[in-house]
Amino acid sequence: MTEALLQTHSLRKEFGGLVAVDDVDFVVPEGSIVSLIGPNGAGKTTFFNMLTGVYQPTAGAVVFAGEDMTGKPPHAYTQRGIGRTFQNIRLFQNMTALENVLVGMHTRLKGNLIGAILRTPRVKHEEGDARARARELLEYSGLRRKDSVIGRNLSYGDQRRLEVARALATEPKLLLLDEPTAGMNPQETAEFTDFVARLRADRDLTVLLIEHDMRVVMGVSDRVTVLDYGEKIAEGTPSDIQKNDRVIEAYLGSAAVSTS
Amino acid sequence: MRRRLRAAISAGWWEALGRLGLSHERWTALPTTVRRAVKAVIWTGISLLLVAFLGVWQWSALPMAAVVLVLVVPRYGGVTIRGRKVGRYIIPLAVLAIAITYPFYAYSADGVSPGLPQLPIFGTFPLMSTMVNMGIFSMMALGLNFVVGYAGLLDLGYVAFFAIGSYMAGWLASSQFSQVNIRFGGIGVIQGLTGIHISIWLVLIAAGIVTALAGVIIGLPTLRLRGDYLAIVTLGFGEILPIVARNGDSLGGFNLTNGTGGITPIDPPGFGNWFHHHLGLPANYGALGTTFDRDYFWTVLVLLLLTIFCSARLRDSRLGRAWIAIREDEVAAAAMGIPLMRTKTWAYATGAFFGGVAGAYYASYNGSSNPDEFYFQISVFILVMVILGGMGNIWGVILGACFLTYLNSEGLNNIGAWLNGHFGPGGSDFQIWHTPLDVPLYNFGIYGVILVVVMLLRPEGLIPSRRRAAEFHEGVHDQPLYDAAV
Repeated sequence: MTEALLQTHSLRKEFGGLVAVDDVDFVVPEGSIVSLIGPNGAGKTTFFNMLTGVYQPTAGAVVFAGEDMTGKPPHAYTQRGIGRTFQNIRLFQNMTALENVLVGMHTRLKGNLIGAILRTPRVKHEEGDARARARELLEYSGLRRKDSVIGRNLSYGDQRRLEVARALATEPKLLLLDEPTAGMNPQETAEFTDFVARLRADRDLTVLLIEHDMRVVMGVSDRVTVLDYGEKIAEGTPSDIQKNDRVIEAYLGSAAVSTS
Repeated sequence: MRRRLRAAISAGWWEALGRLGLSHERWTALPTTVRRAVKAVIWTGISLLLVAFLGVWQWSALPMAAVVLVLVVPRYGGVTIRGRKVGRYIIPLAVLAIAITYPFYAYSADGVSPGLPQLPIFGTFPLMSTMVNMGIFSMMALGLNFVVGYAGLLDLGYVAFFAIGSYMAGWLASSQFSQVNIRFGGIGVIQGLTGIHISIWLVLIAAGIVTALAGVIIGLPTLRLRGDYLAIVTLGFGEILPIVARNGDSLGGFNLTNGTGGITPIDPPGFGNWFHHHLGLPANYGALGTTFDRDYFWTVLVLLLLTIFCSARLRDSRLGRAWIAIREDEVAAAAMGIPLMRTKTWAYATGAFFGGVAGAYYASYNGSSNPDEFYFQISVFILVMVILGGMGNIWGVILGACFLTYLNSEGLNNIGAWLNGHFGPGGSDFQIWHTPLDVPLYNFGIYGVILVVVMLLRPEGLIPSRRRAAEFHEGVHDQPLYDAAV
C-alpha cells in the first residue's frame, strides 16, 4: 500500500452529550479515491468538517502528510493542501464565477496591501497569471464562457462544478467532496463520476468523497469506509462492503440480514 | 410601493407626451440617444423654470444646465482614444474638473456673494467651508466603507479613529505639551512658542499610521466576534475614547487632552516660505482668512482622490476579493484558505488609516480637537452616509457623505429659512405656524426619515454596487445549516 496522505487517530467529536464521531481511525492512501458512506446522521459531514479544521475535534488527531494538524484554523488546512466542497453549495453567490475561482487561489498568491495599491509589476503579473489559470480551471471543470456569470445565476449543476473548480484553485493534494452529486440527475451523475476519475489521472489528486449514490461509490472508489452512529463499522473495497453484514444492517435494518 | 410609484410616474409621462402628439409607438421608434436627449432637456427645462420662479435667478444657470446636458445625454461607455477604453473615466474626470473649479464660479472673488443661482427650498450652493467638510466626511465614509462595505463588519465606533487622528494633530502640531520644544516644519509658529510643532503633512501620515495601529490593537481581540457582538464591542469602544478624551486633562497628573476645553490652537497646513517662493504653493493656509477656504478645499480634494484611488485598487486586488468573500460567506472563505482574522484586521486597519488622516486634517482645518466632536452620533452619521449612498460603491458612498454633510452644515438651515419665510410668522405666502421653526434642531429625525424613505424605495442605496443590488433584489441567500463557530 502507498503512503497515507491523511490519517486520523481515534478522532472524536461530541456536541454536548451527543457523540457525533466516535473514536474513528481512518486512512486515506495517497493517490486513491476513498468514499465515506453511511445513513443520514451517521456523522459523515461532522467528520469532514474536522478534516478541514471547520470543527475542532473533542479528542484525537488529524495528520496530513505527516504533520499533526489538530487545532489549526481552516485556512492552514487549505494551505497545506486540503481543498473541499460543501454539501449545501456555499459559493460566493454575488461574485462572478471567475472571482470565485480567484478567491480559491488566495493562499497561492502573494500580493499584499501595498503591492495592490501601487500595482507593482510583480502584482500585475501575478494577477494576470491568476486570471489566466482561473479561466483554464473553469474550462477544465466544464464552465467554458461562464467567467462573468454571477454565482447565483448559474444552474444547479454549474454551481456544483464551480465549487469543484474553486476547490481545485486552492491547488489541493487532497480533495474532499461532500455529496457532490446530490440533486443531480442520472446523466449528470455519470458525467460527474467520470470527472472525478479524470481529476485523479490529470492532477495527481487524492479524493475523499461523501456520497449517497451507490453507483458513484461503487464505480469510482478504491476503498469505502462506512460510518453509523459516529462509529466506523466497516472498511474495505467496494465489493467487500457490498457483502458486509453490518453495512446491510445499518442501511436496511436487521431483518434484511436475518432473511438473507 | 416602489413599483406603484414608478407606474404612476410613467403613466403621467405618457399622458403628457400623448397631449403633445407623441404616441408610445412613435416614441419607441426614435433612436435611444434622441430619447435620452429629449428626456434630459425636459427635466433640465423644468429645473430651470423652478429656479427662475421659486429661487433666485442668475444667468450662470444656463451654462450649468449646458454642462449637465453634455454629461448626461451621450453614452461615454464605449469611447476609445487610440484603442484604449477611456469611456468610464470621462464622467468622473468631468465631475472632478467641476469640483476643482468650484471656488472660481460658485462665489465671487471676495468669497462671500454667490455666483450661482439660488435653488428653491435649498437656497444657495454650498459654502467653501461646507465643501471642505464634505471632502473630509467623504474620506471618513470611504474609510468606513472598507470595514462595512467591503468586509461586511458592522462598526458602530468608527468615530474613535476620527478622534485619535484629531488628537494626533493636537499633540504633534500645537502647544499642548509645553514642557518640550520640538519644531519640524510647523507653520505659523511664532517665536518663543513651546510645544511640538511638526508639519501637518507629516502629522497626517503619522496620524494615519497610529490610527491604523490602534485599529489593529482593537481589532485583534474584537474581530473574533461575529455580527451583532462585534457591533456591540465597537460601540463600546466608540463611547470609551471620547470619554477618555474628555477626562484626559489629568491622567496621573499629566494633561494629555486638556479635557473639555480641547486642544487649541492647532497649526494650520501650509508649505512654508521656501515652497511659496520657488513653487508658488501657499505658505500658510491659516493666513488666508476664514471665509475663503480654497486651499483647504483643494487639499482635501487631493486627499480624497488618494482615498478613492486606494479604495478602487484594493477592491480589485487579492485582498479586496478576500474581504468580499468574507462578507459573502465566512465559512466558505476560511475553507478557501483565507485567514479570517488577518484579513479582517487588514480591513479594520485600512479603514482606520483613512479615518485617522481625515481626523487630523479636520483638526488642523478647525484649529482645534475637541471631545464634543466625537459623540456616538458621528459614528452613526458616517454609517448612514455609507448605507444611504450604497454600501461598497465608492461613488455612492461619496454621494451619501456629501449630501448628508451638506444637509448638516447648511442645507437644513437653508430649508428651515425657506419654510419659515413661506409658512412661518410673517411668511410671504400664507402662515401655518406662528413661532419660527428651528429645522436644524430636528436633524437626526430628518436623517432618520430620509434613511427610511431611501430604504423603502431603494434598499441598496442611491448608487449601489452591482453585488449589493443583486443581494437585495434576489433575496439574501442565508444558509447556516451548520455553524462553524463551535
